Amino acid sequence: MNLAVREALRAFQRAPMLSLLSITTIAFSLFAFGLFGLVYLNLRDALAQVEERVEIRGFVAEGTSAEATSAAVGDIAAFPEVASVRYVSDVQALERARRELGEFEDVFEAGILPASIEVRLREGQRDPESVRSVARRLEFYDFIDDIRYGEEWVEKLYKIRNIATAVGLSLGVIFAIVAIIIIGSTIRMAVLARSREIHIMRLVGATNGFIRAPFLVEGFLKGVLGGLLALVLTYFTFEFVGQYVVEATYFGSGLAVLGVLAGALIGLLGSAVSVGRHLRRV
Amino acid sequence: MIRFTHVSKLYPKGGPALDDVSFHVNRGEFVFLTGPSGAGKSTILKLVYVDQRPSQGEVRIAGQSSVTLTGSAVPKLRRRLGVVFQDFRLLEDRTAEQNVAFALEVIGTPQDAIGPKVARVLTQVGLAGKATALPHELSGGEQQRVAIARALVNDPLVLLADEPTGNLDDRATRGIFQLLRDINATGTAVLMATHDLATVRANPYRTLEMNRGKLVYDSASEHPAAADEFDAPVPDASETPQ
Ligand SMILES: Nc1ncnc2c1ncn2[C@@H]1O[C@H](COP(=O)(O)OP(=O)(O)O)[C@@H](O)[C@H]1O
Ligand SMILES: [Mg+2]
Repeated sequence: MNLAVREALRAFQRAPMLSLLSITTIAFSLFAFGLFGLVYLNLRDALAQVEERVEIRGFVAEGTSAEATSAAVGDIAAFPEVASVRYVSDVQALERARRELGEFEDVFEAGILPASIEVRLREGQRDPESVRSVARRLEFYDFIDDIRYGEEWVEKLYKIRNIATAVGLSLGVIFAIVAIIIIGSTIRMAVLARSREIHIMRLVGATNGFIRAPFLVEGFLKGVLGGLLALVLTYFTFEFVGQYVVEATYFGSGLAVLGVLAGALIGLLGSAVSVGRHLRRV
Repeated sequence: MIRFTHVSKLYPKGGPALDDVSFHVNRGEFVFLTGPSGAGKSTILKLVYVDQRPSQGEVRIAGQSSVTLTGSAVPKLRRRLGVVFQDFRLLEDRTAEQNVAFALEVIGTPQDAIGPKVARVLTQVGLAGKATALPHELSGGEQQRVAIARALVNDPLVLLADEPTGNLDDRATRGIFQLLRDINATGTAVLMATHDLATVRANPYRTLEMNRGKLVYDSASEHPAAADEFDAPVPDASETPQ
């Protein structure tokens, strides 16, 4: 097999620009995956933090009896999505507002803030869907006037995450396809450049596997190099963003290795799909 | 060892290149394949080294039949044949010995077995002193010797030579032909396509003459044909582990 490696390296020498082009496209493909992967990872972390604070607040009408509210609190606590329920009386609400907004304490008068029932959801149940569904169930209580749950920004964050994922995936897939096509054409050139060798290999009885091996090795090496390049690119982008825009988290080493392996896979695939077809023509 | 039975060959575009050709070649035989250009000589050789398959009839080589031979069995069969051409087909960027070694490397010959085999066969073709020369540093006759060395290095049952002297001057032609005779003398069959009638007439070897895809003359059939006990599978002595 060291023959295959040697012949693959010869192919690099013979078409350095085209080889570089294949490596770069693989790198861009994985760069796109990687960049949006980072966006995804960081948004996921941000969402997790934000979600912890997701809270559904039902405002209780004036004059509602304590029995009614405590019965409701008991009911709501039994919802499967619900982690905790708390009743905040109008007096408590006023105290809290004064505490939080100390300098404006005079603005608040007793009776201005209604009592409320505050509901926190369990982890994994804090997506917009579950939040809405719990909120709808709170509406059944006649004495609950109004329900707030910061729906807008929760849904916006989710949307951003989904868009980033979709854009990243499609760009990555597009670049991967381009990379496979470019690798295919480099293989075509490499096959033509080696047509004499291939002819002689066949003549003296080399197996198809043996004839193919150098091309597969070539694709594999390009893929690994492309993967490493993508890793470097994402790292610099990440550093740049970290320095000038926002503190963020980077891939763990497991994901980095996975990225390089993905490159190797793209390279191998690009070679494998075209080598047979082109070999048949020489 | 090589047997054609009612073989016809039609190329996808073009008329019949071979039309109902039957003959056989025994082990160790030297056979000329003659006839004008386009007669079908190269096609016969291509059918033997399975570059082409017959359209009709059967080609048997070393006990293998074209009817049952699968694509994946072809490489193994080719390792028992040597082929040389008019245009040598050497790799220009490799030395004489590297060209010969290449034929061993690509069939997975162990690295330490390659050197001695290459040296032995280069000596056999008279090029021991030019092992490190590149093809363009060699004369035509010498380049053909490298090609013959490459064809011989796996100890083939038969050497197939398609106009091996077609590009050579008289002196080089005589040299190459003498080499082919020497090779034949060691027991390797030689099937040589040529339209060099002077060489054919000057030598007592069997001649198959082709014309427009038909076998029009077989010097062996003037004598009572020997019973063919040679079609049995030939033990595979040249097999190399992969
Ligand atoms: N690959 C091919 N495709 C179509 N026709 C071919 C091909 N090879 C040979 N022929 C035709 O088959 C006939 C025999 O060719 P060939 O065997 O090369 O003859 P020779 O070697 O005796 O000159 C010729 O008419 C030639 O044009
Ligand atoms: Mg010919």
